[in-house]
Amino acid sequence: MIRVALSAEWTKLRTAPGTVWLLVAVVVPTIGVSAAAAAAVGCSADVCGVDPARISLTGIQLGQAAVAVLAVLMVGTEYGTGLMGVTLAAMPRRVTVLAAKAAILVAVVAPAALFAVLGCLVVGRVILPGHGIPVPLDSLSRPAAGSVLYLVAIALLGLGVAVAVRDSATAIGVVLALLYVYPIVIRVVSDPTWLRRLERIGPTAGLAIQATTGLDGLAIGPWRGLGVLAGWATAALLLGALLLHHRDA
Amino acid sequence: MKALLRSEWIKFRTVRGWVVAMTLAAGVIVGLGLLPGQQGSCGRSGPDCVLPVGPDGERVTDRFTFVNSPLHGDGSITVRVTSLTGLLPPAADGGEPRPGPVPWAKAGIIIKDGTRQGSTYAAVMVTGGHGTRMQHDFVHDRAGRPGAATPSSPRWLRLTRTGATVTGAESADGVTWTTVDSVRLPGLPSVMRAGLFVTSPQYAEATREGFGLSGASGAPTQATATFDGVDARGFDPQWTTDSIGPPPAGGSAPVPVGGSALAGGVHTVTGSGDIAPAVAGATGIGATITQTLVGTFAGLIIVVVVATLFATAEYRRGLIRTTLAASPRRGRTLVAKAIVIGSVAFAGGLVAAAIVVTLGQPVLRANGVYVHPATTATEVRVVVGTAVLLGLAAVLAVALGALLRRGAAAVTAAVVAVVLPYLLAVSVLPVEAARWLLRVTPAAAFAVQQSTPEYPQVANLYTPALGYFPLAPWAGLAVLLAWVALALGCAMVRLRRRDV
Repeated sequence: MIRVALSAEWTKLRTAPGTVWLLVAVVVPTIGVSAAAAAAVGCSADVCGVDPARISLTGIQLGQAAVAVLAVLMVGTEYGTGLMGVTLAAMPRRVTVLAAKAAILVAVVAPAALFAVLGCLVVGRVILPGHGIPVPLDSLSRPAAGSVLYLVAIALLGLGVAVAVRDSATAIGVVLALLYVYPIVIRVVSDPTWLRRLERIGPTAGLAIQATTGLDGLAIGPWRGLGVLAGWATAALLLGALLLHHRDA
Repeated sequence: MKALLRSEWIKFRTVRGWVVAMTLAAGVIVGLGLLPGQQGSCGRSGPDCVLPVGPDGERVTDRFTFVNSPLHGDGSITVRVTSLTGLLPPAADGGEPRPGPVPWAKAGIIIKDGTRQGSTYAAVMVTGGHGTRMQHDFVHDRAGRPGAATPSSPRWLRLTRTGATVTGAESADGVTWTTVDSVRLPGLPSVMRAGLFVTSPQYAEATREGFGLSGASGAPTQATATFDGVDARGFDPQWTTDSIGPPPAGGSAPVPVGGSALAGGVHTVTGSGDIAPAVAGATGIGATITQTLVGTFAGLIIVVVVATLFATAEYRRGLIRTTLAASPRRGRTLVAKAIVIGSVAFAGGLVAAAIVVTLGQPVLRANGVYVHPATTATEVRVVVGTAVLLGLAAVLAVALGALLRRGAAAVTAAVVAVVLPYLLAVSVLPVEAARWLLRVTPAAAFAVQQSTPEYPQVANLYTPALGYFPLAPWAGLAVLLAWVALALGCAMVRLRRRDV
């Protein structure tokens, strides 16, 4: 059963015209932004607060939008065109459909994310030493592995939200609000204790995985931050599964 | 065109979700603006936070050590400054206070209308890193020769009052004099105070902790200057030392001590504070009305989603064929759509921003936060500018929706173009890259919300994260307008050339 579902989802995703371009968009602009950020950073003092891994991975902030679009469209287009009715008629076990979608999405996003992350780190490794910022190789394994997982988690978050709201534009609006607007808007709270609490519970806590220096100053530890994002993704998928199960398609 | 506008308006009005969402966008802006998220100590446990008012009605900082004497009528003071040293607060990781002085530490001669804070004055001074300056009435600043005053190359200063005119001059040898500036102070009474002053402004440093947005920390500094060869003409100086203004609040070390000592004709004066316009941000206190409008970002996302759906929903249901059959001039249809949704977003933004700007300030003040007063013109500009920003964002979303025809892609493109550059500018990127980004991307439009000006003679962190933008308010909005025009143009060409 699940094999059929997987095969169906794979065919749908593979033959959708936008998929390849979105995967390209996950990789190329991400590396481009990272290269630009690395080229723009300068360090004149002996000690500068620049985290080489974090600067190298600046592009992830853009790449995550492409990942989210890919995830949202996987469901949103089906609702938009009415294909969802056919899908669920052919595969009445709805949670299986969602699981298959999630599996295929991870299988597609993970390699693209790997390319993007490695590209960013290579670019940073090439550019940053020329600007006086050493990039120790052995410190990069956690940001590298973690950033791939970060993008995968963003994809699952997008998928869950899209199943829950059933409309591509609204779903991507919700995801982008969480990723881009939440960290800006929490600044309205000036109390540092509360600000840190809000930084810890938002999905962008996952970006802590990029940090290699100044870990004590972080609102949340790298892996725990990624755990918070994983929690958001799980919650979104659960909500999506619940609504999908109990609601008319 | 009238019929087109009417039909587009009906299309918007009759989708209940869109109307609700647009109302929600305005509600979110108001809600976040009035949320009592900030707490201050003004009027509660701390001082009342009443800033002195300068001669032109602006709020000022007026704190310095003043070795002064009454001066009746005309007169002049000449002095030699042989050193200006100072202390900075310790580095963030602790340790001893660092040696200064800060670049805008000031030591020199001042003529002032009494010792009341905010009264009119004129002063000629040496600074820590900006050479000789002549300043008057807080906002006016004129540069003299660069260079610092050191024991090996002292600097002579002279301040002369003749009627309502005060002239500042400097010299490297006490023989050849150069006039730095000559200013008219009509409000100067015949009896005033004249003498030596030293002050040293708040030191500010950008902090970037964790993955939050970059912030700033500040602490008081102090400066010490030595003066000798004090030569008073036209009056007989009776020196007394006053500390103008209360000691600066906040920060721990070094404790700024003001005072003066006279030994063997050498005045050693130590001071802390500033004589300058009051600023918001790292070296000032309080919030600005810009900070109350943070909800604009949340409202913007909702506006973008609704505007995109307004354009793309017709493609999904095939209504676009009916629309274009009824009005075959496709460009006009798109313009009508843009006008309708842009006006709706503008109206919602106008109401929301007006409520936030008028009601947000009392809420903050009730919470003990000092809010920098903005002129009515500034408030109107911020309110109207925020509304225009939302309207333009809606038009951008319609254009991208018509161009890309995919709701998700259009929403992402609009949000990535408008919000992401701002987020990157205030979080990861170094200041120079951030300023560049906020000049060329659609996010430049947030400059229209800047509510306090930058003063070159006040050391402060004028960074986007603290509400200071690289472009002038309307210029920033013009950048967004240019992007919107480009997107709309591309969308029209595409709509005309392509089948629906």
